[in-house]
Amino acid sequence: MTYRDITCEVVKFTAHNGEQGEAYYARPAGPGPFPGVVLIHHIPGWNEFCIEAARKLAHHGFATICNNLYFRMGDGDPDDIGARARAEGGVSDEQMLGDVAGAMAFLRAQSNANGKVGIIGFCSGGRQTYLSACRLPNVNAAVDCWGGRVMADPAALNAKQPVAPIDFSKDLNCPMLGLFGNDDKEPSPEQVNKTEAILKDLGKTYEFHRYDGAGHAFFDWSRPSYRPEQAMDGWKKAIDFFHHNLG
Amino acid sequence: MCSYITEKAPIFGSAKGRHGWMRVDTAVIYYDHPVHVPLDHALNIDFVDSRSKERVAVELSADSARELVRRIQAALDSGDAIHLGSAEADPLQLASAS
Repeated sequence: MTYRDITCEVVKFTAHNGEQGEAYYARPAGPGPFPGVVLIHHIPGWNEFCIEAARKLAHHGFATICNNLYFRMGDGDPDDIGARARAEGGVSDEQMLGDVAGAMAFLRAQSNANGKVGIIGFCSGGRQTYLSACRLPNVNAAVDCWGGRVMADPAALNAKQPVAPIDFSKDLNCPMLGLFGNDDKEPSPEQVNKTEAILKDLGKTYEFHRYDGAGHAFFDWSRPSYRPEQAMDGWKKAIDFFHHNLG
Repeated sequence: MCSYITEKAPIFGSAKGRHGWMRVDTAVIYYDHPVHVPLDHALNIDFVDSRSKERVAVELSADSARELVRRIQAALDSGDAIHLGSAEADPLQLASAS
């Protein structure tokens, strides 16, 4: 079932350490009850691609919140704020987890929520989705879209990202869907295979899909990496997965 | 690459941005996803005024960036030959020495 009538607005929510965060909130019109999804934006920031992806999920029946992980860095064009975030070494994992937990609480507090919340993220947001699904309680489903650096070289770890998400895999507490391009370098097919092997050994519930002819960011219609056929199939798998686990 | 890994260089100079000329004191350099140039990965440089946080951004293909490095070095070498003996001290060196 799809919803042509959706409502979208920028909202305030309680983020990490009680700070007031901002988020794009798109949800279907009607009494519900509706499942919720937190959409974690990619490394370039809180930009049009992610906002549009939130509207797509609302169209398919999910109350979707895309919180701006960079709201502490001021106002401006998303790409300028994204550059500022990058220059500062990005956001810390702890701060990100606090923000995502706040976004989840916002969704569950809505009067027409069904109480179930999933997380989806792209690129760095895929890594953050993996981490959130392992570290946060009460995540009901997670979709990791080509999250890079889930497996990280120890030399790449730092104070803001001190532990590779893969090292928290034993704590994964929800079903996970992974979508990956076989031409991607980060994560590479080998890294995807290793991640899958770890989840399998741990007895986790997951399904990974790998696409030939696609690399990184193949959903992103604004980039040359866009692959319409693979993107359409990936979106269908993500939406079906959320309906199955959050409905 | 989806990383926040950057190289940063202190610089002394000016750049022309959306509000006109401004001083820039930092170059932030990274090889990752660009915003505008139609490539999956690019060598990106932000020339930043750390006080206003304004920036002038460029996104280059890897070969373009390597060629630029060579041309910058060539321009510096030929300029040094012409201006050898100039009394002008580079403010960046003065700042680092103080």
